Amino acid sequence: MASMRDIKRRKSSIQSTQQITKAMKLVSTVKLQRARANAERSQSYFKCMYDTVGSILSRVGHVEHKYLLPGASEKKAVIVITSNRGLAGGYNSNVVKLITRNEELCKEDLQIYAVGNKGREMLNRSGYEIKETLPEIIEEPAYADAMLLANRLLKSFEEGEIGEIYLAYTSFKNTVNHVPTLLKLLPVEYDAENPAEDSSQSAIMNFEPEDVEALDMIVPKYIASLIYGAMVEAVASENGARMQAMDNATSNAEEMISDLALKYNRARQGSITQELTEIIAGAEALG
Amino acid sequence: MADNNSFQLRIITPDRVFYEGEVDMVEFNTTEGQVGILPGHIPLTVIVKPGILHISEAQGEKQAALHSGFAEILPDKITILAEIIEWPEEIDEHRAEAAMERAQERLRLKEAGTDIVRAEIALQKAITRIQVLR
Repeated sequence: MASMRDIKRRKSSIQSTQQITKAMKLVSTVKLQRARANAERSQSYFKCMYDTVGSILSRVGHVEHKYLLPGASEKKAVIVITSNRGLAGGYNSNVVKLITRNEELCKEDLQIYAVGNKGREMLNRSGYEIKETLPEIIEEPAYADAMLLANRLLKSFEEGEIGEIYLAYTSFKNTVNHVPTLLKLLPVEYDAENPAEDSSQSAIMNFEPEDVEALDMIVPKYIASLIYGAMVEAVASENGARMQAMDNATSNAEEMISDLALKYNRARQGSITQELTEIIAGAEALG
Repeated sequence: MADNNSFQLRIITPDRVFYEGEVDMVEFNTTEGQVGILPGHIPLTVIVKPGILHISEAQGEKQAALHSGFAEILPDKITILAEIIEWPEEIDEHRAEAAMERAQERLRLKEAGTDIVRAEIALQKAITRIQVLR
């Protein structure tokens, strides 16, 4: 049996770890609330954006537009949104797994645009080509950053350097439920069955300039808003995941501490008993 | 809707709801030119160009600098999805003036490698900001 001193030392070390995980949980709870408020505030924008793009695409039908056709190149760009910090459970590795486990995405054809350091580190280790690293923009998601990234990607798409653009992020369903999601940004795919619900409205919608020209201008905004939305949701998911991970860590520490407390008491009792036996044995020997 | 002289206006940006309310008329600049929208307009989607946004509501008039985005117009409702929009009090006049001078300089010199289209857009934005302030 370990000595009393060892057990005591171990216990106090776990206690201080528990204090850290508890504090981290509180911090991420506060951050989660803020991030969730942000995500909710921007939601109406994306819904409107999605509806508008949907109504345009459903009217335009199968027009030969550069954003609706696959690009000339085999290369695929993937924007990978992860966090800069770890200790968030499976949050980062789940996003990375979306790419490494996906058979349609060949390692050789991919160009990674890594938003957040953790994803870059993991993908770099498995030998993916990292085209760009943008660790700072996930700290405080700003629409301007998303717009710049979208413009760069669209430019390489138009120049034929990349043929498809994907977005890998963690979608925020609620505080405990986060779903790693892989989304195809370009060529724009639109669910042709969906628009039926409000076809009465989209049937009479007019466009100025004409549909195709409007697509030219709206698609970049659409892509930018999707990237921004993904960043905002990813931040909320990150903090949610960290909160959960730290909550688990805290309760695991609690369990270990009570286990060690029991062991410590047993060891203490054992040593008292032993000392007593020794004293009595000594007294008997003398008598 | 209480009467036919007003309609619902919603201006949303990626990170906030910029404006929401009943208005009598909205005017702004589009790729096809200046437009003024009154209630009962035919359904129309337009692309925004930098310009001043005038909102006429029952209590008076409001202005804002609208830089980019697009608008969905329905007979009883307008939704403007604005990427960049500012109230006059949010504009930094010195910055706008400096930006205007920079853009003018670039357009005047027309050095090799200057992105003329970008400079023109920057100039337009700066002019809009200054106009809204005055």
